[in-house]
Amino acid sequence: MKLMELTDLSLTRRGAPVLDGVALRLGAGECVGLIGPNGAGKSTLIRAAMGLERARGRSSLAAMAPGARARQVAWLPQARTVAWPMPVRDLVALGRLPHLARGTALPPGDRAVVENVLSRLGLADLADRPATELSGGETARVLLARALAQETPLILADEPVAGLDAAHQIAVMRLLRGLADEGRGVLVTCHDLGLAARFCTRIAVIDSGRIVADGAPAAVLTPALLAGVFGITARIEDGPEGLSLIPLDTLPERGAAA
Amino acid sequence: MSRALALALGAMVAALMLASLLIGPAGVPPGAAMRALLTGDDPLLTLVMREVRTPRAILAALIGAGLGLSGAVMQGYLRNPLAEPGLLGVAGAAALGAVITLQTGLAAVVPLALPAAALAGSAAAVALLAALAGPRGGSLTLILAGIGVSALAGAGVTLVLNLSPDPFAANEAMFWLMGSITDRSWSHVAIAAPFILGGMALLATQGRALAALTLGEEAAASMGFDLSRLRLVVMLGLAATVGAATAVAGAIGFVGLVVPHLLRRWVRASPAALLGASALGGAAMVLAADIAVRLVLPDRDLKLGVLMALIGAPFFLHLILRHRLAQS
Repeated sequence: MKLMELTDLSLTRRGAPVLDGVALRLGAGECVGLIGPNGAGKSTLIRAAMGLERARGRSSLAAMAPGARARQVAWLPQARTVAWPMPVRDLVALGRLPHLARGTALPPGDRAVVENVLSRLGLADLADRPATELSGGETARVLLARALAQETPLILADEPVAGLDAAHQIAVMRLLRGLADEGRGVLVTCHDLGLAARFCTRIAVIDSGRIVADGAPAAVLTPALLAGVFGITARIEDGPEGLSLIPLDTLPERGAAA
Repeated sequence: MSRALALALGAMVAALMLASLLIGPAGVPPGAAMRALLTGDDPLLTLVMREVRTPRAILAALIGAGLGLSGAVMQGYLRNPLAEPGLLGVAGAAALGAVITLQTGLAAVVPLALPAAALAGSAAAVALLAALAGPRGGSLTLILAGIGVSALAGAGVTLVLNLSPDPFAANEAMFWLMGSITDRSWSHVAIAAPFILGGMALLATQGRALAALTLGEEAAASMGFDLSRLRLVVMLGLAATVGAATAVAGAIGFVGLVVPHLLRRWVRASPAALLGASALGGAAMVLAADIAVRLVLPDRDLKLGVLMALIGAPFFLHLILRHRLAQS
């Protein structure tokens, strides 16, 4: 089942193309890793797909009515904003708003969803703590929990593992992959190529606003692509434990330029 | 808002309403005052109760509720606990309209010219805000436009006072600006109530959007909330509520700032639940302050706005101090 389809999505800012003819499809059961260097257009692509930034071309999500879209796709923004010291449980419960006809009080069924998400992300012990008094990594997981509480077929997660410790990075990526295995669709941006290689079912590479590669991790993550797009060398092994990718060094010309 | 909190605040407002009816310079025993109000057996006292104290208590509750709710909306919309209803410049523009009628003598000649001009001032402020902030854009453009309108209105007020040929009229305007609900009548209730209640009804619809804004503007948009519409509703609702409150009572500060701040922890910081709580809390606060001005200096006409600032500012400093101590 197709959950998102972007066709020829283009966006220009102050005369410079930020997105250039992006085409991307995402179906149920897929966990697509969107990777690319800083400034390549990852976040802009997601925001344009959501319809939060006006772009030319077509996005199946941007074309939806806002209320219906909020029940189709949950977006975890890169900026981790929590304005008020509300308890973690109440913050996660905000994810249920698109499902409520009116008011903010949750019916029992919705409350069960919130508790379920809290325990799935290991946040049950934090549930009564003010959400503004958490560590950076805890805040990241709480906000991911909010997006999951929205219970949408599609999840767009922008840098969900940035700032997390190794165990939590792996746990979050495994969780996202698990959601895909349950039949939902996930698009995740990630700077850790090793995590993307291990947990994504598909990798899409964006560079200077263009999708330059899209396919199975082992087929996409080649030394030539890593050199061309990221300017790095890496050790890539497809062993019994799955694909592993360890970045080794920058290439001379790219390293000097940086 | 939890039922217990709603009951507690509601009971407080009811008790203060009653106290506001029973306390006054006439020094009538409560029993006689209530009897006069309900049965009309004492013509003079009934007149005082029905035509002086009742509209005054109702105005205090209305204005307090409007300012408390407006403060909660502004803080939720801007996601800033220091935001207050005056930030948009609506109150300043209303004051300018009022001061002009006082200065030109129009207020003395035409009944209700002053509140009408104040309402016109706030309507002009909204038009200017909408033009400056544009159809799209976030809360930042609105607040910058509000600061501009506010400064312009303030400059206008000082200009009118500055060029005033008549020191008596200037004095009258100065006193009006201090904020008071002494000697207001049913006609003031009639002119303010539709705007305040209408504005509050408009603002009260935005609890869900304000709750979603906890996660940031774009996250709220991704959850299906139309931020352009929210901004329009905030602007119109605030203009009606704050404009009408200023039109009949002058500038009454600190209610919109302190009340949401005080009640936030009782609603577990929920921006949606804070709306109703702040409306009740604001009504209680203005009622209490309006009773206090009658008790503290009964024969000196202490202005409500002055007393509010006198209580509000130290109270606010206390909150900041407690916040700092809690952090260390």
